[in-house]
Amino acid sequence: MNAGLWADTLSRSCAAGTPLLLGTLGEICAERAGVLNLGVEGMMAVGAVAGFGTAAATGSPWLGLAAAAAAGAALSVVHAVVTVALKANQIVSGIALTMLGLGLSGVWGRSYVGTPLAARFGACQLPLLGDIPLLGPAFFRQDPVFYLALLLTAAISFLLWRTRWGITVRSVGENPLAADAAGVDVARVRFLCVAAGGTLAGLAGGYLSLVYIPSWIEGMTAGRGWIVIALTIFAGWDPRRAVLGALLFGGIDAAQYLFQAWVPPNFLKMLPYLATILALLAGRRTAHGEHSAPVALGLPYRKGER
Amino acid sequence: MPRLGFVPCEHLATPRRAAAVTLAALAAGVLLASVSFAFMGVNPVSALTRIFAGSFGSLYGWGETVTKAIPLALAGTGLCLAFQGRMWNIGAEGQLLCGAVAATGLALAAPDALPAWLMIPLLFLAGFAGGAACGAVPGWLKARFRVNEVISSLMLNYICAELVQYLVYGPWKGRQQFGFPYTNNFSAAATLPVLGATRIHWPTMVLAALLAPAAHWLLTRTKMGFEIRVMGGNPVAARYAGMDPRRTAVLVMALSGGLAGLAGTGEVAGIHHHLTYPWSISSGYGYSAIIVAWVARLDPLLVLPAALFFGGILVGGDAIQTSMHLPGSAINLFNGIILMCLIAGEFFLRYRPRWRAEAGA
Repeated sequence: MNAGLWADTLSRSCAAGTPLLLGTLGEICAERAGVLNLGVEGMMAVGAVAGFGTAAATGSPWLGLAAAAAAGAALSVVHAVVTVALKANQIVSGIALTMLGLGLSGVWGRSYVGTPLAARFGACQLPLLGDIPLLGPAFFRQDPVFYLALLLTAAISFLLWRTRWGITVRSVGENPLAADAAGVDVARVRFLCVAAGGTLAGLAGGYLSLVYIPSWIEGMTAGRGWIVIALTIFAGWDPRRAVLGALLFGGIDAAQYLFQAWVPPNFLKMLPYLATILALLAGRRTAHGEHSAPVALGLPYRKGER
Repeated sequence: MPRLGFVPCEHLATPRRAAAVTLAALAAGVLLASVSFAFMGVNPVSALTRIFAGSFGSLYGWGETVTKAIPLALAGTGLCLAFQGRMWNIGAEGQLLCGAVAATGLALAAPDALPAWLMIPLLFLAGFAGGAACGAVPGWLKARFRVNEVISSLMLNYICAELVQYLVYGPWKGRQQFGFPYTNNFSAAATLPVLGATRIHWPTMVLAALLAPAAHWLLTRTKMGFEIRVMGGNPVAARYAGMDPRRTAVLVMALSGGLAGLAGTGEVAGIHHHLTYPWSISSGYGYSAIIVAWVARLDPLLVLPAALFFGGILVGGDAIQTSMHLPGSAINLFNGIILMCLIAGEFFLRYRPRWRAEAGA
């Protein structure tokens, strides 16, 4: 393989990995506070359609991105109300949220099918770095959302481990009873973390319809929301590791183009899903200590009850 | 000022109250769905009227409703078993497709001379085996490696759909099908009989009607059912009692998948008579069955009326799709709203609203 093809594949891996990274960051936020949100697929779908619709109507991809984030957040609030306030089963609520999001996006987007998107993000080449052979084209000539995702990774990592805020969030996920006793409003923290997660999932969806496949196709999330949940486990609930996982899975996506000549396309399309199951296996084996699941993950907290 | 508060009341969860809460949640779901229809510019009253007229308003409608209720009842019964054991099987869609693939494989391979009385039971056995194999994988991964079964079973849905597409476009593509991605048609002996002028393939219907009470009996009257329920309620206690929760986990997932596989057999042998696109074989039955199981409160006996209701919703959904220009995903929206209302309603099984005086007043 020549250098051009390598650079191209790497670049494609970064682009395919960006929505996975954004979604995983969001799920890390929610799960670190103890709320499992299986509705990522639905929030991404709604983000994708809201982003596309807004960008098409206003001509501004940035407004589209903002709308995508808002739509993801709005849908996640449903999950927060049902699981945090009404203490319902988080697994079933997440599945319902996925159905809701996929249905809503399909109905909402029916008039966008087949419309090309004029308002797009251009690639922005970073000075000097973009000229590095091989790595330059792959990492430093991407769209602005790619850089935003990296910035958000650093910010969330910092917030979770280096600030008082982060300690509060993690304590709510590990031991809500103790956090409650220390005067933390558990329900409020969980609510905000689920909403932050929804915002990021919405951004991930917006990336799909504004950058990755600049159009609206029903079902364009194609299971990425579920891959995100597996990547969260694979990453050991750590944003830095999420970058590696997203790049790896972006690579699997991009590798499909390389092997088209030798393997039937349907088997290539199975690859990300098979790899997701393998990632779950790998995640289980490497998760220890700081990288194990938050203890209270999935458990509703009932104040004053045990 | 008195303030509305909620008092925990576990003893409130009587069957009568559960039924009342479920019906109220369903009503709230239909109401919310109507509001969202209105937002889409569709008159909710006429949409709902058309849904119910399309599904329950005529003999033809009833026939279609029962036809769609069959796979929902079979898959829903299986999901009750899995969910009772707290195995979150979200893979009924893939298990159904796997059953359809296995049945098709047998139908294509078996000699035409085989009589129907032998062929049809064999087809169902093959479908059960295919679905069970597909369900056992996430069960085993969970039992052996503690891999999250929600995600692994869901991933298998996508994998099975790709497998079906590979088969119908590739090695199994039929010769007499004018280039369509269909397998050859099943022989007459491998085709399920239907009731009169309807599409109701009655052997599958009978199977669904018998297996739901059988599953109820399994859960409530047998040692295995007891183990499933204990595993779901308290896995630690199950281990102390000398049970093997790992074995039960694999078994319950295989059973659950096998029932979905039977539904797959019914779809290919009873309706299409060949294997084709995955989305034609199943219009999301595996996902709708989750709601069927939940409406039935995980009791297989109640799955039958619940399946009939949601079969009607699917038929009605098709009716408004064509007449009111709604996309197929409108039914997803409807299902999502209903499921969300159902689990939100469970709050009122455990808590009772009560007016409280403001603190210090």
